[in-house]
Amino acid sequence: MNLLILCYILSSVTFIVGLKMLSGPATARKGNLVAAAGMALAILGTLFLYRDEEGNGLGNLPWISGAMALGAVIGVVAARKVKMTAMPEMVSMFNGMGGLCAALISVVEFDHFRRHSIVVIEGATGTGTMIPVGPLIIILLGMIIGSVSFTGSMIAWGKLNGKIRDRTFRGQHLLSLLILLAIVAVAVCLLFCFAPSQMGVLFYLVFALALLYGVLFVLPVGGADMPVVISLLNSFTGVAAACGGFLYQNMAMLTGGILVGAAGTLLTILMCRAMNRSLVNVLIGSFGGNQAKIAGGTEQRTVKEVSIPDAAVVMGYAGRVLIVPGYGLAVAQAQHACHELEKLLENRGVEVQYAIHPVAGRMPGHMNVLLAEADVPYEKLLEMERANELFPQTDVVLVLGANDVVNPAAKTDPSSPIYGMPVLEVELAKMVIVNKRSMKPGYAGIENALFFSSKTSMLFGDAKKVLQDLVTALKSI
Amino acid sequence: MIFFNWIAENQQIIYIVILMIFVGIEVIGHVPGVLHTPLMSGANAIHGVVVIGAIIVTGRAATDNYLALILGFLAVVVGTLNVVGGFVVTDRMLEMFRRRKSNL
Repeated sequence: MNLLILCYILSSVTFIVGLKMLSGPATARKGNLVAAAGMALAILGTLFLYRDEEGNGLGNLPWISGAMALGAVIGVVAARKVKMTAMPEMVSMFNGMGGLCAALISVVEFDHFRRHSIVVIEGATGTGTMIPVGPLIIILLGMIIGSVSFTGSMIAWGKLNGKIRDRTFRGQHLLSLLILLAIVAVAVCLLFCFAPSQMGVLFYLVFALALLYGVLFVLPVGGADMPVVISLLNSFTGVAAACGGFLYQNMAMLTGGILVGAAGTLLTILMCRAMNRSLVNVLIGSFGGNQAKIAGGTEQRTVKEVSIPDAAVVMGYAGRVLIVPGYGLAVAQAQHACHELEKLLENRGVEVQYAIHPVAGRMPGHMNVLLAEADVPYEKLLEMERANELFPQTDVVLVLGANDVVNPAAKTDPSSPIYGMPVLEVELAKMVIVNKRSMKPGYAGIENALFFSSKTSMLFGDAKKVLQDLVTALKSI
Repeated sequence: MIFFNWIAENQQIIYIVILMIFVGIEVIGHVPGVLHTPLMSGANAIHGVVVIGAIIVTGRAATDNYLALILGFLAVVVGTLNVVGGFVVTDRMLEMFRRRKSNL
């Protein structure tokens, strides 16, 4: 038992050190391994050294080892097979699994609690029951937070891989709020008002409501904002894990959980700040967007379209082309087609570079990872400040599925929800070609004046298809 | 009164929670934007420590309590999935960053 305490202390230290190393580029990969080693120590230590109050070791080891083997195999296969573009949804799925784990622990512990921890007192005035409220609160908290994190992450996962569409209906936020209040009300009833025979029903009612709340919590949030929500749910799961640590007086669980809960919350705020948006704005989702659309959509304006051959000719005879990749490129998995177009243009003597907005794709570093996967040389990726210097000397800017990060309203329109966010000033170039799937507003739900500019031509269609057609057209010039 | 008793009984844990909140915030305070996603993924793997609770709950269940055994089994599966998948996926992300650097 004493050795196990040492294991837990060491693994707590590795979690802190690992997280610290993960936040620096040079040490990040090592930091991940350090934390993983600490985790292995904590898990193996528990498996072999754990003793309960009576000094017995853990039973049911075949069940546990079987489950661990199964989980490890699925985990490795899923993590190895996933495409780089699908990373955020994978993280979301794993996060949901952690939440489910915390919720299930609470369900089993509640069952145990109901049978063993309630003391019946027989006094002169009749019989009463004594319920230890402290542990019950912790069990409930772990269950509620874990459940919300589980269903929320699953919805986020479904949204990111396109299985679930954004759904909003009138009164959705009110309904969410009511469910949240109901969860608190029923939980309080469970703690104070009812006899043990009714505890089970109330507990499972809270369970069901919490699962439902997770769904409603994530449903209205736009697909491109999911990384922020995943980060928030990530910190939820951390808190749920810490509840488990409280329940078992297990310091590894407690420190690991709280650490992630705190760091995850800060990370969520940092992510929002990078997009110049508040967390509330993100969570309310489409609401803010709708209002902005009404305000901006009063006047009818026309856009100019360009054909594939024309676009190919313009780029083929340009001196400098800057490509602005965005979420649309990631969704269409068009990074390889993009690299091919870039090589073809380079062979014709055109200078081609990429202008990378820090939150392009709404996932920091998304575009860097994506283009690195397609073997685009690192020095071709320009950061925003450098790209903005180059736009005035650029003949053609090709915007691939990016919208809000090139919206001039961020500089000019104080009423815009993205006002103040630094953007790529593509309108300074001689010509802008914008590839989008449709005229639908971008994630922030606001109109983009760039599309109506006289310099801009639209090239509608799936990014991958359009790029492949451009490559074909370019070869035939 | 119950509240104060509870605080007295759990004061060490409460201190740990408070200090850990500050450590968590301090530790990632200066993270650059490109590392947000791997950091989120790494933190995701760390909260997989919840699997320890699942192991304990399964290990303590009576051998004929099939409800607890099945739920515990499921909890250990998904908890392990969180830990193993989380660390492997983070490593893959960071590998990309290193390859990008070696192209310089």
